[in-house]
Amino acid sequence: MARTAVLGRLTWQVGTVAEIRDETAAARTIIVDLPDWPGHEPGQHVDVRLTAPDGYSTQRSYSIASAPDGKRLELTVQRLDDGEVSPYLTQVLEPGYPLELRGPIGGWFVWDPASTGPVLLVAGGSGVVPLMSMIRTRDTSASTAPFRLLYSVRTAEAAFYTAELAERATTRDGLDVSYVYTRTAPPGSALPTGRISAGVLAAGGVTFAGPASAGYSRDAPPAVFICGPTSFVEAAANLLLQAGHDTSMIKTERFGPSGG
Amino acid sequence: MGIVSPGFSGRRRAASEHLPPGQYLVTDFPVLSAGPTPKVDTGSWQFKVTAESGQVQSWDWAAFQALPSEDITVDIHCVTKWSKLQTSWRGVSLDTLLAQAETSAEYVLAHSYGGYTTNLPLADLRDGQAWIAYEFDGEPLDPEHGGPARLLVPHLYFWKSAKWVRGIDLRDTDQPGFWESLGYHNYGDPWREQRYWGD
Amino acid sequence: MITPLDGNVLAGPLGELFAVDITSAMGQCASCGARNPMAMARVYTDAPGMVARCRSCDAVILRLVRAAGRAWLDMSGISSLQLRMSSE
Repeated sequence: MARTAVLGRLTWQVGTVAEIRDETAAARTIIVDLPDWPGHEPGQHVDVRLTAPDGYSTQRSYSIASAPDGKRLELTVQRLDDGEVSPYLTQVLEPGYPLELRGPIGGWFVWDPASTGPVLLVAGGSGVVPLMSMIRTRDTSASTAPFRLLYSVRTAEAAFYTAELAERATTRDGLDVSYVYTRTAPPGSALPTGRISAGVLAAGGVTFAGPASAGYSRDAPPAVFICGPTSFVEAAANLLLQAGHDTSMIKTERFGPSGG
Repeated sequence: MGIVSPGFSGRRRAASEHLPPGQYLVTDFPVLSAGPTPKVDTGSWQFKVTAESGQVQSWDWAAFQALPSEDITVDIHCVTKWSKLQTSWRGVSLDTLLAQAETSAEYVLAHSYGGYTTNLPLADLRDGQAWIAYEFDGEPLDPEHGGPARLLVPHLYFWKSAKWVRGIDLRDTDQPGFWESLGYHNYGDPWREQRYWGD
Repeated sequence: MITPLDGNVLAGPLGELFAVDITSAMGQCASCGARNPMAMARVYTDAPGMVARCRSCDAVILRLVRAAGRAWLDMSGISSLQLRMSSE
């Protein structure tokens, strides 16, 4: 799909919820059909707007989880108990309901499926959503770009897409998935438990140090995409810079701490 | 207006006849900022009144603390629609700070550490309408809320109550401040709902 | 605690005004001369408007106020924008 800078001014459009799928105890994927959807690039997001009968409205941004798929897109939403929008999207919305959104939004934090270089995806919590769009697009476009996902979550139960990631990693070559459990790790976990650190990066094979087989080479540095809460993104970005990744190769997307 | 989202009602927003039009009540104290919180230590803090003649009066923290101060309880109204009632502050009245200023200026431009500015008529700072506040709820004013000291002008929308205030210029001509130059109303009376230009 | 977001958050609001994605453009700070992708600006959204600051020197590079039927945009903090165009 050719990338151009011209998108047209963003306008609101109304889609219909086709399906809802539980991802975890607190997260759901919403599949929406939109008659006027122009398509999207992996990494982009949409703004969702909710309006009450008295005219009060509020909006939030959600990353698109799906690969480009005609007039259909998927959003994975984590419910925040004191949120205003996420409880509606994860507990009230049902198939057949209308959903107003605008997009696709964002031209920076995107992966071009025509590119062939290696890609390192670093996810903090629900930051995995736009990276999942990239992983799914890699398969639908039959890209052979080597992908590595480092996914930081509190516990295994909190992780999205676990089964699908495992299946994609085994069905086609070139996708590597590692989990960084910050609170409780399931038995047999490969990486040290706790927040992302220099040690975790080294053990995860995403640095330039160490034997050639266990990491990246400076002749072919990966494009790095980091997404998650601000504190995670800043910590991960600093660690990756210290581990030898160049600032020009790192793209970040910070979620606000409050979400909603 | 967008399509109505079936089953959505939004957060309960309590309006009340005591509030200016379009406002809702909050019980917390939202923090809004156009930039990083300035770190100002009282050792180097200064407040200056600069008259249109160039005459400057300034107070360091010790001199400022030695001025007569008062307890203030007021309602505050933010242009982003939240209102907080009966907030308690301690501060020095602008009447005290302006007592020695020789001026016939009509306008004020307030400056803050960090670069923020806001403008208002000098008359709106006089006669018990405004303070330089350094305590909130009995405690030293938190940096997030404008500490060590902020301007407090509760009869106008709260963007006029400049956080981290460092001085006021008394001027013959009106100079729009940070938000007033980008769409926000030059005066900002919440009771006439003067939020934006032309309101 | 005010923690700024990054310039990606400008994409939606600016997308209402411009037909071009600004966040992938390189902006030159009028204050310090640094060139950074607009997506890397530090953006304060908890304010009466959005304020984007230079990643290198923290000067205000862009401000946006949105009201019903109106928007005000100040980009005087950016001396130039380099935008990606298709190569034809």
